[in-house]
Amino acid sequence: MAHTAAHSPALVHQFETKEQQHEAGNLGMWIFLATEIMFFGGVFMAYIVYRALHLEAFIQGSHFLDVTFGATNTAVLICSSLTMALAISAAQTGKSKSTIITFLVLTMLLGAAFLFIKFNFEWTHDWTEGLVPGLHFTYSGPHASGVQLFFCFYFFMTGLHALHMFIGLGILATLTVMAYRGRFNPEYYAPLEVSGLYWHFVDIVWIFLFPLLYLIGRHYGGGH
Amino acid sequence: MSGHIVPVKTYVAVFIALLLLTGLTTKVSFMDLGQTAIGKTHVIDWNTVAALVIAVAKMLLVVLFFMHVKYSSGLTRLVIVAGFFWLAIMVALTLSDVLARGWTGTPQPWSLLLPVFHPYV
Repeated sequence: MAHTAAHSPALVHQFETKEQQHEAGNLGMWIFLATEIMFFGGVFMAYIVYRALHLEAFIQGSHFLDVTFGATNTAVLICSSLTMALAISAAQTGKSKSTIITFLVLTMLLGAAFLFIKFNFEWTHDWTEGLVPGLHFTYSGPHASGVQLFFCFYFFMTGLHALHMFIGLGILATLTVMAYRGRFNPEYYAPLEVSGLYWHFVDIVWIFLFPLLYLIGRHYGGGH
Repeated sequence: MSGHIVPVKTYVAVFIALLLLTGLTTKVSFMDLGQTAIGKTHVIDWNTVAALVIAVAKMLLVVLFFMHVKYSSGLTRLVIVAGFFWLAIMVALTLSDVLARGWTGTPQPWSLLLPVFHPYV
């Protein structure tokens, strides 16, 4: 391919074309996400095994969780994925920087709302109910040790997910500053796109955590 | 530009589908879909199957549209499929151990370790 003397400033010199640059950026991010699949996969695998070994205790444990909060948080994260996708779309189609910033800030607010519901309503409630293994666990009903194991998984999985949310919020704050400085245009929006991949990935993790922790076994009734 | 531009209409349609599926999975979890026995020791719990099928459907919607994989190259898709394939290897090999325990009916060498994990085993 013929090089022109004045190539686009959005194309860094090691790439032949913008298509190749775009492909390399996305591929790199997906390789990172493949490692994240295995990272979360290990925890999911352990959850599957221990749930199979302590089925009744895990069903008992999931009855202590509030489905309303879980479902609300799922909806909140889905909304944040939409606003993230719209922020990228705004940059791709050359919308004003205030449009991009609006969508990024909305994404951050929804992410913060998720964490607020998680910590302020759910974890705080679990603490007052005495369901925090190691620190404050007072449940002594049926399957007490298995329920404790369930809550170990619950706090580790939701905590690991929340950590990813905090990292995502940091990335979004950086993107907002970059957008404010007018760094994004239809020629260059790679940081937005790869960060979007990360944000959607974290959403997908929650899409699996919600049924696994809150829903399966729910129909058996009982509980407390 | 190099990236495919997905119409806003598509994003909104996917968003609505995701919300509907979230409502559906929540509603279905309160119904008893029953169980089917396989062999003497294991059962298929159809509620679990339904929850996971809906979760996978939601994941596919997010991956294909929000993450633009529907419009991505074969190489990117290969990396994604490889990620899930390795996850499947881990799950399949681990479950081949856990689910097959007790099939022989005789004590196994590893059962000597059980007291170590007490009371979690």
